[in-house]
Amino acid sequence: MTQESVITPEMRAAVGVESEPYTNDVEKGAIIKFARAIGDTNPIYNDEEAARKSRYGGMVAPPTFFRSLRSGRSKVDVQSPYSANLDGGSEWEYYEPVRPGDRITVTTKISNMFERPGRLGNMLFIQRETKYVNQFGTTVAIQRTTGISYQPPEEDGD
Amino acid sequence: MADQLYFDDVEEGAEVATLRKDPTTQQLVMYAGASGDYYQIHYDLEYARNNGLPDVILHGALKNAFLGQVMTDWIGEYGALKKLSVQYRGMDVPGTPIYGKGVVKKKYRTDGENIVECEIWLEDHKGNRTTPGYAVAALPERPE
Repeated sequence: MTQESVITPEMRAAVGVESEPYTNDVEKGAIIKFARAIGDTNPIYNDEEAARKSRYGGMVAPPTFFRSLRSGRSKVDVQSPYSANLDGGSEWEYYEPVRPGDRITVTTKISNMFERPGRLGNMLFIQRETKYVNQFGTTVAIQRTTGISYQPPEEDGD
Repeated sequence: MADQLYFDDVEEGAEVATLRKDPTTQQLVMYAGASGDYYQIHYDLEYARNNGLPDVILHGALKNAFLGQVMTDWIGEYGALKKLSVQYRGMDVPGTPIYGKGVVKKKYRTDGENIVECEIWLEDHKGNRTTPGYAVAALPERPE
């Protein structure tokens, strides 16, 4: 069974094009809400007074808090022809802690795109690289993600 | 806060302290709200089933957060997480415990830092490793 590629030349051309930047204000309440949602009771994410006594001198954000930040709008629109999406994985590099009051500018780009047959039929893999830069111009983190999309199976199956 | 872990005390092959998590559907809703990821497969059972899933499933990013906590709990206040990677190989559903585990693969000094590299993973209650990952962290030296 030969599967025709669902990657169009337009999609291919979107690889490497950086999005618009978007600057997020990091609020203390958002950090606390995030820490509660992931069930991490570490005082450096939850309690300003306790965090002041830590080596950070105040609250910081948990490593995956960046997930709650928005990136800028893409300059090129890439739409998978498939309606079901899965998150394949992430790689993070961390350089500096993020604190309440920081202003984090986020840009993202598609770094790679490929197809592979899988359990649920042809699967489209889109890899993205997202960069997080603080108000001092320091890159605080880089994230590389792999998004997977596929066609959901029919009700009556095969 | 827990006792600080020191580079001197870590050996290759040593275990990373296990973290138990008990995710619930409520937690998935909280995570959707806190992260802004409102994809319905994480809280709408009918929607999940229509997408060929057996149940609502944990956000990959939430599992990523669990693996982050495995490391930050273990390396303590004076440890610094430098890299964290995660692969979503299997789905996890709410209602049963999940265990975050790890083992030290490498230990070395570079650029004045004491680095440990760890293989980490999430295991479901049946012992399946649904979510493998890898982490690199810097640890302090035990003070004289």
